[in-house]
Amino acid sequence: MARTPRQVGEEVWKTRVEKVNAELVTLTYGSVVAQLCKDFGNDYIQVNEQLDKMGYNIGIRLIEDFLARANTSRCRTFKDTAEIISKVGFKIFLNITPTVGNWSQDNKQFSLIFDENPLADFVELPDDGKAVNELWYSNILCGVLRGALEMVQTQVEAQFISDVLRGHETTEMRVTLIRILEDEMPVGDD
Amino acid sequence: MSFYLAIVGTKDNAVYDLEFGTYRQGGDGRPKFSADMKQLCPFIVHSSLDIVEEMQWNTNVMHLKVIDKFYNYLISSYMTAGNIKFLLLHETRADDVIRQFFVDLYDLYVKTLMSPFYSVDQPITSAVFDQRVKMLAKKYL
Repeated sequence: MARTPRQVGEEVWKTRVEKVNAELVTLTYGSVVAQLCKDFGNDYIQVNEQLDKMGYNIGIRLIEDFLARANTSRCRTFKDTAEIISKVGFKIFLNITPTVGNWSQDNKQFSLIFDENPLADFVELPDDGKAVNELWYSNILCGVLRGALEMVQTQVEAQFISDVLRGHETTEMRVTLIRILEDEMPVGDD
Repeated sequence: MSFYLAIVGTKDNAVYDLEFGTYRQGGDGRPKFSADMKQLCPFIVHSSLDIVEEMQWNTNVMHLKVIDKFYNYLISSYMTAGNIKFLLLHETRADDVIRQFFVDLYDLYVKTLMSPFYSVDQPITSAVFDQRVKMLAKKYL
């Protein structure tokens, strides 16, 4: 019986996921970001890059966990991928379901709109005038998506375009499909 | 009726302060301290810190009620679990109302503390916090 991604997500969340205290996650992630800011001397561009790298390393491992739990069939189009990411992926790992929207004409770009972000609960960006213009607090999520999708032969670029912590109306991440990766021969293997 | 609120950190450093007036009985919320009093408020409040630290060991609740008097001004205090002191300079006794005000202020303070970019004893400069304290003052005092 073919089930909608939403139902798959709900079912996996209820049965096959061990839960952890949400405040622990929020506080842990918060201290990671705060420490990165201190270590890089408030160079928020660098911090964004580091968060993206950390996310990438998480993503390449997370995808195996995800596929083992969710056991969904292969996505036939990029639209399917977007639905699975938002209804199953985010549901399993953060218990949120961001909305998929703003598809581009060629169906290669979409937005994930987050109406709640457990990583950023109670966070207030520092008052130094720079953070509010340069830091993408939840940038680790972009890295996670990039890493996870790369392992399933899909090269994407993900970046935040608005964030409520910065004073915008919504928190929105733009995901762009670069290309589908074909298996390549390793270099120097003639 | 006017009030002066001070939040003092664990090292007796100033974290936040606010002057406001009562909203009850047609008050407009603006403090009516005379010029001399305005200058003296922080002094009076900080001079009662010793008493706070002494009283905290006599009781097992956080609300210390009125701990000091200065002519016709009373100073009430609330000591949080993390040794942060809330001090309120006021003119009339209103223990219950002030206690509720302090409890809600504690709630606000904990939410501020949850932000990873705020560390204990750092001055609170957020405009959002300021606004919320003013709303609490309006609600209770």
